[in-house]
Amino acid sequence: MSGTTEMHSAIVPPQGVWWTDANKHERVWVIIAFIWCMVLFAMMPLWHFKGGQNPSGIRGKTTAAAFSERVNRMVTEFKVAEENGIAVVEPPPGSDVYMLAQMWRWYPVLKLKKGATYTLHLSALDVNHGFGLNPLNLNFQVVPGYDYGLRITPNSAGDFRVVCNEFCGIGHHTMVGRIIVTE
Amino acid sequence: MTDKMIEGLAARFRNCPVTGLKIDKDAETLIKLNAVVAVVMLLVGATAALLLVLTRWQAVHLLPADWYYRMLTAHGLNMLIFFIIFFEMAILYFAGPIILGSRLPAPKLGYANFALMVIGALLVDIEVFRGKADVLFTSYVPLRASPAYYLGIILFAVGTLLVVLHFLAVLVVAKKEQTYAGSMPLVTFGALTAAIIAVITLLHGAAIFVPTFLWSLGLMDIDAEVYRVVFWGLGHSSQQINVSAHVAVWYLMAGLTVGGVVPNEKISRIAFGLYILFISMASAHHLLVDPGMGPAWKVWNTSYAMYLAVFASMVHGFTVPASMEMGQRLNGFTKGRFEWLAKAPWGDPGFSGTVLSVVIFGFGGGITGVTIGTEQINIIAHNTLKVPGHFHVTVVGGTALAFMALTYYVLPLIFKKKVAFWGMAKLQPWVFGIGISMLGSAMTFLGSFGVPRRHWDITFSGAPFTLEFPAATNLFFAMFGIGGLIAVTGAFMFIAIAVVSVFFGKNVTDADLKPGVAGIPQGVGKLPTQQYQIDPAFERTGAPGTVVLVGIFLACFALYYFVNWQALSFLWKVG
Repeated sequence: MSGTTEMHSAIVPPQGVWWTDANKHERVWVIIAFIWCMVLFAMMPLWHFKGGQNPSGIRGKTTAAAFSERVNRMVTEFKVAEENGIAVVEPPPGSDVYMLAQMWRWYPVLKLKKGATYTLHLSALDVNHGFGLNPLNLNFQVVPGYDYGLRITPNSAGDFRVVCNEFCGIGHHTMVGRIIVTE
Repeated sequence: MTDKMIEGLAARFRNCPVTGLKIDKDAETLIKLNAVVAVVMLLVGATAALLLVLTRWQAVHLLPADWYYRMLTAHGLNMLIFFIIFFEMAILYFAGPIILGSRLPAPKLGYANFALMVIGALLVDIEVFRGKADVLFTSYVPLRASPAYYLGIILFAVGTLLVVLHFLAVLVVAKKEQTYAGSMPLVTFGALTAAIIAVITLLHGAAIFVPTFLWSLGLMDIDAEVYRVVFWGLGHSSQQINVSAHVAVWYLMAGLTVGGVVPNEKISRIAFGLYILFISMASAHHLLVDPGMGPAWKVWNTSYAMYLAVFASMVHGFTVPASMEMGQRLNGFTKGRFEWLAKAPWGDPGFSGTVLSVVIFGFGGGITGVTIGTEQINIIAHNTLKVPGHFHVTVVGGTALAFMALTYYVLPLIFKKKVAFWGMAKLQPWVFGIGISMLGSAMTFLGSFGVPRRHWDITFSGAPFTLEFPAATNLFFAMFGIGGLIAVTGAFMFIAIAVVSVFFGKNVTDADLKPGVAGIPQGVGKLPTQQYQIDPAFERTGAPGTVVLVGIFLACFALYYFVNWQALSFLWKVG
């Protein structure tokens, strides 16, 4: 019959050809949703060119022994103080700085200069850890066997804390480190 | 065919007095078994949830550290894996044999698979509660659990894979024996999508848990980053099973509750297909701030340049409410843009639960998920409470709530029992939905202050340096605690209703099948029309109310998305 068409619920098997055009509302929404998804995509490459915060870094494999050695070398060279038994180091601006994660501490305490750029290397000795810089809310995954070298430029001075935000065993909550940024 | 064979075949089926569907009795039994076990798992998971809320809410801080992490492990596994997957197995037994009116090709295999899954789940839970697997849901190597734990996961996964293959066999048998004419219904198509993604997911699961099992026995080494990559091939795709399954449930419930129609079969099916094609590697968004992969890999595998899985969800986000709107309009609620919504059966928990699931999943889960899953924005979200804030509104407010809504129809239609505590049942989706929304929002706010997830004590007692989060976090922790308690209450209400209905409920009689009977959801009392002959002009009126709703959705999405970019731009330069 020419006058009627059939519509059905989702439990009814469609008969004949159901590859038909959608109504106007649905078509328009499909187009808008698609364009929006393209915007979502475009923002990521765009931010690599125009934005200042990207998780790219210098990525490489390492070992617990090799990374520890580089950390210790930095500590020997640039140690300026000790706090709660943890060395405080002040490497020169532009240098490679290291932070080692292990159950359950961040080592050492870093002293940085505002506005200077450093390459911050993160790695773990034992299990996964999470680098969470507070109160900034800047977070990276720290994986044993991998060296994550991030170029950072502190734009604010202050006394920052590094919390571990990846579960690493029973003492996880005691794992707090420190980064000091001076003017 | 001999008389005896015909008799045998007839004995396998009963006819549903409400829907007219031909129901295979073994499939029906397997639905019941899986649903009952799912609810038991929900009980374990919800009890753990209560203890976790009362621990993380720093004002209470109930559990000691070891039990906090143990309960967190149990909560993740029992909710995200056992409850949801047992329920999904029930959905596969419904969407295959029952909707298609087919026999189950291998009932004995069905029972064996079920037994295998139960054994696997029990083994996992025993190991967790014995304290042999304090590794959380993700069990990131080199954190180590006992070999029995990994073995339990493997047994459970094998059982699941066999159920999925059995479902695929049903589709073949139904087609061959011509138990239905035309194309398979959209609900079955959605379930098929979930099944295909389940196969992909479970293969990833084998690729990671078999080596991990061997590693736990000391037989091989596993790289910590490789584990993370392959694990999320399992971990994230499994969430896409949930999405496909609950979207299929949305379409099903739209039909059963208000006679919702499929606005366009082509669009909805393409959208399901996109889930299969564009999700399997979206595990990438768990690894955005990992040292393992470069930016090109991250950007590409998060989006495939087009975010077509997000696009698919946005399409369903239109077509599901449009389905309800058009169904209501066909039933005479045609005034203005929103009469269909205002006069909807809000007293039917099957309907209210479905609508809340759509809203919470879309506005809560969808928007936050895409935003924090953006490569750079992940820097201000990774491993903070924003992450569980996101997935509690997708998988709990979305998937679990959709399954609860469906349960209100499964009880009378499959168990043939009236819904117990009918007054409470009408409230339950609201209690659960509001609670989980409060919890999810509070977690999202807390995460934006940098509060870590999976953390026993954010006062950091015993740490070498002190750290205090801003005072505002106290307020949000109170909101988290209250929301969590409300959500847990909603879960316990659901469990009480389901258990009492199944084991002590009144049987549904033919006399009950009319509108307005307590314990009988509206769509069961009088099933709405499922097939309409209509004037072609109707189709052109479309869904003007839904247009407004999705417009509001897109505005919220854009706002939240760009506010997060702005917050990111204030940070230290990092790259």
